[in-house]
Amino acid sequence: MQPLPSDLEAVKSLYKEKYGFSDAEDYVFKARKGLDERGVAEISHLKNEAPWLREYRLKALHVFAKKRMPNWGGDLSAIDFNNVYYYIRPSERSEDNWEDVPEYIKNTFDRLGIPEAEKKGLLGGVGAQYESEVVYHSLQEQWTKQGVLFLDPDSALRDHADLFRRWFGKVIPVADNKFAALNSAVFSGGSFIYVPPGVKVTVPLQAYFRINAKNMGQFERTLIIADRGSDVHYVEGCTAPVYSSDSLHSAVVELVALEGAHIRYTTIQNWSNNVYNLVTKRALAHAGAFVEWVDCNLGSKVTMKYPSVYMVGAGARAEILSLAFAADGQHQDAGGKVVHAAPDTRSTIVSKSISKGRGKTTYRGLVKVERGAERAKSHVQCDALLLDPESVSETFPYIENEEDRATLTHEATVSKVGEDQLFYLMSRGLPQVHAMNLIVRGFAESIVKEMPMEYAVEMNRLIEIQMEGAVG
Amino acid sequence: MAMDNTFEIRDLRVSVEGKEILKGVSLTIRKGEIHALMGPNGSGKSTLSMALMGHPLYSVTNGTALYKGLDVLGLPPDERARQGLFLAFQYPQTIPGLTVSSFLRMAVSARRGLLVRANGDARPDGPRRPGQDLLPVKEFLRELKEKMAALKLDSSFMSRHLNDGFSGGEKKRVEILQMALLNPEFAILDETDSGLDIDALKVVAEGVNRLTGPNMGVLLITHYQRLLDYIKPHVVHVLMDGRIVRTGGPELARELEAQGYEGFRPSADGGEATHATPA
Ligand SMILES: Nc1ncnc2c1ncn2[C@@H]1O[C@H](COP(=O)(O)OP(=O)(O)O)[C@@H](O)[C@H]1O
Ligand SMILES: [Mg+2]
Repeated sequence: MQPLPSDLEAVKSLYKEKYGFSDAEDYVFKARKGLDERGVAEISHLKNEAPWLREYRLKALHVFAKKRMPNWGGDLSAIDFNNVYYYIRPSERSEDNWEDVPEYIKNTFDRLGIPEAEKKGLLGGVGAQYESEVVYHSLQEQWTKQGVLFLDPDSALRDHADLFRRWFGKVIPVADNKFAALNSAVFSGGSFIYVPPGVKVTVPLQAYFRINAKNMGQFERTLIIADRGSDVHYVEGCTAPVYSSDSLHSAVVELVALEGAHIRYTTIQNWSNNVYNLVTKRALAHAGAFVEWVDCNLGSKVTMKYPSVYMVGAGARAEILSLAFAADGQHQDAGGKVVHAAPDTRSTIVSKSISKGRGKTTYRGLVKVERGAERAKSHVQCDALLLDPESVSETFPYIENEEDRATLTHEATVSKVGEDQLFYLMSRGLPQVHAMNLIVRGFAESIVKEMPMEYAVEMNRLIEIQMEGAVG
Repeated sequence: MAMDNTFEIRDLRVSVEGKEILKGVSLTIRKGEIHALMGPNGSGKSTLSMALMGHPLYSVTNGTALYKGLDVLGLPPDERARQGLFLAFQYPQTIPGLTVSSFLRMAVSARRGLLVRANGDARPDGPRRPGQDLLPVKEFLRELKEKMAALKLDSSFMSRHLNDGFSGGEKKRVEILQMALLNPEFAILDETDSGLDIDALKVVAEGVNRLTGPNMGVLLITHYQRLLDYIKPHVVHVLMDGRIVRTGGPELARELEAQGYEGFRPSADGGEATHATPA
């Protein structure tokens, strides 16, 4: 049974202690604000990149400049691309020994509890990114011996250039959308994972992302290749200190699940409410492969994120679980996208959203079935919970079906926390705040229970933090 | 001045959505006593239980409910519960996703003053690690399993979601399970017998009989005499149209069973409750 965090006061002060702090800036390199060819070339130069990648970045910069901002989704009008730091290098290199990480960064991650879980043997490997660079990386010997790679992109480019180049940018091309182009131009940090055929990585690999500087832009790039019949679970977490000015987080995540492989990708995003979170996540699922996104979005100012799975081989499966919590002043525009491009493919999208105060959640999803994807099956379930009279939720479930022999189902519910439910729990001695928390936690349970135990506990705690002040 | 061992309801008037439902109800329950409250559908029995527990929809326009020298009507429902008041609901709510054990661990911790002090203040000793304010898991589970076994509830119920997909009988048994864990001083059981088959009724009645004793007062709301074959009341009240029209011993329940409620109706002028024996 899970421990039950419950004392709100304790949680609040724990949170401030835990995530809300910031470090003095002591960086090896901090690019000037703004975005131009020189800046992009400079990033490439600092990373000693091959000419092809430098060209790739510069081309992406042009695509970014030409692409229009999305005219749907969240309000992005306040983003000032000239007021963002695109690259900050906090330390000389990525360490594989925790002791060698610069003291102040180490302290930060120690406070966030990052190396602890690794020590306890709960994780197969750990990456920790601070600003633009991965400052620490490790993979247990058990997995390195079996040929598993878990690296930051710079190291992958240095030591496994062919493998990296073969898949990089193939799932999400530069021109996919404005923010994918931006990431392609200035990306730095992230993870590269390769799992050889048949290897089953039985414990999660974890990456942790931390933004520290004001007006920082974090543009990590993650590429995971699960070779035939392999299995991997990747977990990422993100936090940032609270500033009054905005930060930008725009990642690109590409997954390739080859025949019969299984990838589960779990995100616990806990950005402070000054972060624009605009992330492109997409997976290719080959025949018989199974890709799962468990995507939890808390915090941020605006999030636009629709993890997707393209099922390109017969019998491929996709499952997208999306949990969003929009507190006052936040907009979570989230959902998922599945493309059935082969017969006998199956997908499920489950979206649960919670709006508090004037918070707004949007479910935006697409189920696309291409002609020839016979017997494709898809089910979409969207549940919204409104905590306050002024809370907002909207649903845009798009369907494009070209195949007669496909079965598509959709269910949506919107509910309010019932007075009778609240009273029932309170009549057992629970203060209103606790009662409300339990109802919200129950609502999120079907997604939270999919997480490894430690993360589920953390997730429940984060929900409680978001619930702060939700009731009288 | 009410004593610590009495629960004294005086001249209680309650309205729901502007309509007066309880029109002056008075009754005093001492610890160790079981009072049965009987009355036809719609007479206001559940209104009384909801108002005593503090549901915000039921507005008290007059009266007091004294307990430990305190008018509980002025307290929020959670505080009433922590003070030792309990209501087994006629229609228990469903809470999707909330497991019976998570919920009960928190509720029991609240009742025992671990989660918050009885008066609702956060625990005084500063921030603590989450989980520290709850009964230790092992201790709680031992107690939970024991109480579940006594109510013939399969241990799989612990990890089921509160009342979600439960049959009527299961819901009622889980209400009594909550009562067993929370160990109230005054318990109101609102039609705990309805929807139960005879075997389930026996299990529930045995459960209630085990719990009650010199340290608990009980208000047993029921529609039928049937439950009273298993739980023996000391006092029986008849509620009609928002008023207690008769109070008597256990024989009153049998009288009702034989005669029906019609003869107990108060006079049309709405005056004093009639004490006339039915013809
Ligand atoms: N939640 C409620 N909303 C509206 N009316 C109510 C509500 N609860 C009780 N009432 C009204 O109060 C009266 C008494 O109902 P109730 O207390 O449930 O009676 P009983 O439990 O004796 O059957 C009925 O007329 C009923 O319609
Ligand atoms: Mg009733």
